[in-house]
Amino acid sequence: MTTATTPPPAAAIAPRRRRSVSRRRAGTGWAYAAPTALFVVALFVLPLLLVLQMSGSDWPLLAGNQGWNAPENYVDATQNRFFWDSIWFTLKYTVLATVLLIGLGLGLALLVQESTRWKGVLRTAFLVPSALGLASASLLFYVLYSPYAGPFADLMSSWGITFLGTPEGALWSTLFLIVWRYAGFYMLLMLVGLQGISDDVYEAARIDGASRWQIFRSITIPLLRPTLALTTVLCVTGSLLAFEQFYILTKGGPDNSTITVVQLIYNMAFQGQNDLGVAAALSVIVLLALVVINIVQLRTFNRSEED
Amino acid sequence: MSLTKPTATLTEAMTVPKGERERRSPRHPSRAASIAGRMPFWVFTGALAIVFLYPLVWTAISSVAPLAGTGQTDGWGFGNYVTLANYQAGVWVYLGNSLFVSLLTVILTLVVSMLGGYAFARFKFPGKNLLFLGTLAILMVPYATLLIPLYVLLASVGLANSLVGVALVLTMFQLPFSTFMMRISFESIPRELDEAAMVDGCSSWTALWRVLVPAVKPGLITVGLFAFLAAWNDFMAPLILISDTNRMTLPLAVSNLRGQVQGVVDYGATEAGVVVLAVPCILLFLVLQRHYVRGFMSGAFKG
Repeated sequence: MTTATTPPPAAAIAPRRRRSVSRRRAGTGWAYAAPTALFVVALFVLPLLLVLQMSGSDWPLLAGNQGWNAPENYVDATQNRFFWDSIWFTLKYTVLATVLLIGLGLGLALLVQESTRWKGVLRTAFLVPSALGLASASLLFYVLYSPYAGPFADLMSSWGITFLGTPEGALWSTLFLIVWRYAGFYMLLMLVGLQGISDDVYEAARIDGASRWQIFRSITIPLLRPTLALTTVLCVTGSLLAFEQFYILTKGGPDNSTITVVQLIYNMAFQGQNDLGVAAALSVIVLLALVVINIVQLRTFNRSEED
Repeated sequence: MSLTKPTATLTEAMTVPKGERERRSPRHPSRAASIAGRMPFWVFTGALAIVFLYPLVWTAISSVAPLAGTGQTDGWGFGNYVTLANYQAGVWVYLGNSLFVSLLTVILTLVVSMLGGYAFARFKFPGKNLLFLGTLAILMVPYATLLIPLYVLLASVGLANSLVGVALVLTMFQLPFSTFMMRISFESIPRELDEAAMVDGCSSWTALWRVLVPAVKPGLITVGLFAFLAAWNDFMAPLILISDTNRMTLPLAVSNLRGQVQGVVDYGATEAGVVVLAVPCILLFLVLQRHYVRGFMSGAFKG
């Protein structure tokens, strides 16, 4: 931030000319940055301010702004009967999804690390699902899990099980979809991290007689820490905001057991209650929670790096 | 900002041989023994690959397979695609809507991030760092948190229920990745290149257009590809911002198509819809895999 305001040291030598040039350059710079600034202000900063105002106002979907009523929306939001359930479910889902995706991403990356033709084929196979949109992937698995049209339909009817019929089943079926869709992507991030570890380190460890497991535990994992930190932050953020997969696969069911926080916001705003004020209050709560969680994560990873 | 290095090495991760470690191994088992020893590995990884590919292949096949209660009841054929084509306003309308939103998003993202990346990489101006951090901060804010007020805001400027509004919003969500990507693309080009052009009498604009744009083409391809995939696949923005059935995008239409007829789900038409949605993405992925991989990492913030 200081670079923008302090003049360059050379300005002392030829003050007038240098300053006019740099002012003109600054003007041109702003001209090129203007579209970005316009987008950021009009579609990001303004909505953020508006959501704060909405969270403190009585704001039905159709009638619009009815004036301040703070802090009623926040009270309503926390007293919603699905509030704590949805938070609990979202946290549970986030922990499971993060553990699965980080673990499997690393596992797949170790499997296909060397560059052979077969491993190239494997990489592509693992990556293809991540080309699909999350909504398309969810629709695909909606059919795949169906007790009528899916490939496991006969199996399901003879064993009397359903994928989406029980709360536990719905959670794990959704987790499988997410692993299918994102494992290749996390594998890619892990490959990048593994690429950064020098071969010499492995060589030295092998000469010292370290076993595969010792190498993995004492070399790969510690040296991969920056990558693990980045992927964990990504995965936690993405999972906390899960929406499409549950909206399409389970619609929050069975028995409202798979409602995530973002789904609660959507339902509050556009289904049933049509209360944008309470939805805005929930959005602000989610935003603050996300900021706090990310700060805590980054602090934790930084601290363990210093040790 | 720690992403700069991984992005640079990302394509290498996919292309550079990493086999030395293996080859330098001190033991040299005979060829036959090594093939036999590798068998469990091949079986295991082959099975894994099948798990990942099976859902795609199964959907493609069963979209043309016969199933009672769908548009394709006996024999193989494209009955499900006919159902899909005749759904409500017709699949062409939804395809058209999706294409319109995707292309507009791509064009806007390319223009805004190219100019912005140039400004951030080559100019000093007051508020530069604040603006850059502000752009990156979009990543920190949940989708839903912004879409609720945007719904109100767009309605107040006459963009309620508008595909242009959706494209504007999607462009905004693409900006952190694309601005970051274009900034590092411009910064990786030596300054001498455009300074020489300016000495020769080019304005900053002609230097950008004639000299720098050809040089940052790979960055532009990555940014454009990601903008297209994000816009084509996006579900939540049109779900919240579009209510008119004639203006729905394809993912929304396919999702709504389930359970329209007296609550009975037409699985066949859904499969056909998934195929229509997935084929452009998979083709783009296979053709532009290298650009895809390069950008994937930085573009993945959104999770």
